[in-house]
Amino acid sequence: MKINWKTTLRYGLIGGVSALYFSMIGMVELFAGRNLIGTTVNMGHLLLYGGMLAAGLLAARAHHQGKLAQHAVIGLVAGLSAAIPTALLVILHEFIPMQDVFVSVNNALIRFLTFERGLPGLLQFFLASGLLGLLGGLFDGIPTDYRRAVGTGLAGVAIVAVFSDLVTQVLTNLFGRASVNIFFVSKALKPVIALVLLLAIAAFVFMRDRRKANAPAAVAAAPLDKRAALRKQVILFVIIGALLAIAPWILGSFLSQVLFEVGRFVLLGLGLNIVVGYAGLLDLGYVAFFAFGAYTMGLLTTTTNLNLGGGVFNFWLALPIAVLVSVLFGVLLGFPVLSLRGDYLAIVTLGFGEIIRILALSDWLKPIMGGAQGVLFIPTPEIFGIVFDSPESMYYLVLAAALVAAFVSIRLRDSRLGRQWMAMREDEDVAEAMGINTVQTKLLAFAIGAGFSGLGGAIFAARLGNIFPHSFNLLISINALSLIIVGGLGSIPGVIVGAIALVGLPELLREFQEYRLLIYGILLIVMMLNRPEGFLPAEVFKRELHAGEITEPAEVE
Amino acid sequence: MAMLEVHDIHTYYGNIHALKGISLEVNQGEIVTLIGANGAGKTTTLRTISGLLRPRQGTITLNGELISELPAHELVYKGIAMVPEGRGVFAKMSVQENLEMGAYHRNDKAVITSDLEYVFGLFPRLKERRRQVSGTLSGGEQQMLATGRALMSKPTLLLMDEPSMGLAPILVEGIFDTIQAINKEGTTVLLVEQNALMALSIAHRGYVLQTGQIVLTDKADKLKKDPTVQKAYLGVD
Ligand SMILES: Nc1ncnc2c1ncn2[C@@H]1O[C@H](COP(=O)(O)OP(=O)(O)OP(=O)(O)O)[C@@H](O)[C@H]1O
Ligand SMILES: [Mg+2]
Repeated sequence: MKINWKTTLRYGLIGGVSALYFSMIGMVELFAGRNLIGTTVNMGHLLLYGGMLAAGLLAARAHHQGKLAQHAVIGLVAGLSAAIPTALLVILHEFIPMQDVFVSVNNALIRFLTFERGLPGLLQFFLASGLLGLLGGLFDGIPTDYRRAVGTGLAGVAIVAVFSDLVTQVLTNLFGRASVNIFFVSKALKPVIALVLLLAIAAFVFMRDRRKANAPAAVAAAPLDKRAALRKQVILFVIIGALLAIAPWILGSFLSQVLFEVGRFVLLGLGLNIVVGYAGLLDLGYVAFFAFGAYTMGLLTTTTNLNLGGGVFNFWLALPIAVLVSVLFGVLLGFPVLSLRGDYLAIVTLGFGEIIRILALSDWLKPIMGGAQGVLFIPTPEIFGIVFDSPESMYYLVLAAALVAAFVSIRLRDSRLGRQWMAMREDEDVAEAMGINTVQTKLLAFAIGAGFSGLGGAIFAARLGNIFPHSFNLLISINALSLIIVGGLGSIPGVIVGAIALVGLPELLREFQEYRLLIYGILLIVMMLNRPEGFLPAEVFKRELHAGEITEPAEVE
Repeated sequence: MAMLEVHDIHTYYGNIHALKGISLEVNQGEIVTLIGANGAGKTTTLRTISGLLRPRQGTITLNGELISELPAHELVYKGIAMVPEGRGVFAKMSVQENLEMGAYHRNDKAVITSDLEYVFGLFPRLKERRRQVSGTLSGGEQQMLATGRALMSKPTLLLMDEPSMGLAPILVEGIFDTIQAINKEGTTVLLVEQNALMALSIAHRGYVLQTGQIVLTDKADKLKKDPTVQKAYLGVD
């Protein structure tokens, strides 16, 4: 096979420009401050040289096949070329200080890039980049089972190291503070532990794949397999259930708060999933219903003089009313947009979401809704003497709500209404000609979606104790939409995965807060290019996006 | 009294006056065809009858009952089914799911199963592909599916919009044979066609539509011999 140098250099250049960009905006330097393995590998390395590895891997992959040596050469060239832009930056910095314009191109960055050695250190930078590129190329060339094993192992170590906060917290809560020091130095994994972990995961994956491959694919044993699969599912359910139940104990207060946030967005996502995923109505003003739920809860239960409930409402009484109000507004706002489709609907709902926020903010409604000061002193829920005043207890509340919402979602999806939504999503006119009342079907989607959102809003209000108009900005709608798309439109497990990925993980990486949206954006772009159906796609959407791949072979006539 | 009576309907798209007073009748058991050039208003007529468009003026009755006021989704219950132009199958659903959607408004599970077998009998190709995603069917197969789906609603009146569009001649013949077979079993058919020759050879009567108006109507074999029709639609000089 001939090596396509143009492709190779292109991947190298993409990697190089990314490396340059991440360096110039200060991401590399900031990441470098966080050690991952001992003091040798930090997150800066992961970002920078991970890119080199990816460049080598992708360049080699673009060649589809070839000898291992060719893979190595491709990877090496890609890696080396990926180092060029950043190296030029270092050289340029030597002659022209740029810090006045590019704040992040400073000595600390240069020291990191040159391994603290000044210009001669560039040699080392090239060496490292080339080596990583080469490894990436090789990685693409080795047999699949080895690649899977090593890949999973590396990913596993990287995850444990990057999310060491989470891991150390769990270890502390389970085995005491001392156990942490066995595995970690400050926040970084000990090198030996990292190595052991890598080998252990790789060996495990390798063995498992082997066993799977060796097991005869017996067609006759299918019914047995089905029972085994069912048993597996039940066991999985029990484990997940148990984990969910004890999560706050293992995770502690801060992480319970993170879980609460995830749960809140799961609720939002499940609701929006009905509107967008099931019914195909692109709603960008979804946060409005969240606001209705929150404000209803707030205004009915607050102890300030904004209280509209006459003091009779507690959390539990106000909760169903908050949901009901949201549902009502869902229907009310559904009416004017009934005849709108696609992009028009998106724009109108976008405007609607903003109007609600601005109304809440306005002086005009201030006597009722509190204006910019919001609604304060919303009491925490209380039942049978249990006060839900901690993140841990609120976690259970939002978990219960999310479970209910998930259950309702599943039932709806498989119901007659679910079919109606699906038909309407694909072709409104034909659906109508089939006897589906599209008006009713649409309104039901808006109403149920709004209900879930309102439920989330009400719990949110009670958790925070005070609400402000700016908590209900467009970003919430965008977040909810992104998470269901990333998770997989129409898929309930997808919503959960999406919420963990887009809401949970960023909370765990608060030290890198300033780059959160950047990473978020990159993730979305990469995701949509490579896996447009999301992490855990629903069956129907897989069909749409990979139609060619799963079609049964056509018969020849 | 005719089964379907369309009386002087005017349909607009915004300001565009698409149908300028169309009247036509379809009797029980007939195949009636509606022919005309592109943009004459054939699709508009069918969409108005099936309730997807509302006439600004005029009435439509089915077996004496006024249906021009009813929303489209209720007309299915009155026995009207439509095979839309461009087929309009639910692309992401499987063949079988599409067919089941056709019987969406019915609750008699057992009969639905037997109807499914009936449709599979008419279109064996669909049976082979019952689990295939409809969007990946060939054009001809999608046409079969759209027809089969309409039949699943057990219509008394079947509205078909250009079933031969984009099909190879051999498949066109197949489709038209099927239409005749369906008709023999008691379903009344209103057929919109570009392929005037074929349509007129299976139809009992025909209407010729020109810029939103009926300009000619007669028995099908008479229309076939009509010089203006021959010139305009049959390509005979
Ligand atoms: N949605 C619409 N908005 C505006 N004008 C429309 C619309 N649909 C159709 N028209 C116009 O109405 C007229 C009749 O269109 P119609 O689709 O009924 O024609 P047709 O006889 O079915 O033609 P064809 O054989 O090409 O399908 C045309 O002039 C068309 O441009
Ligand atoms: Mg037409």
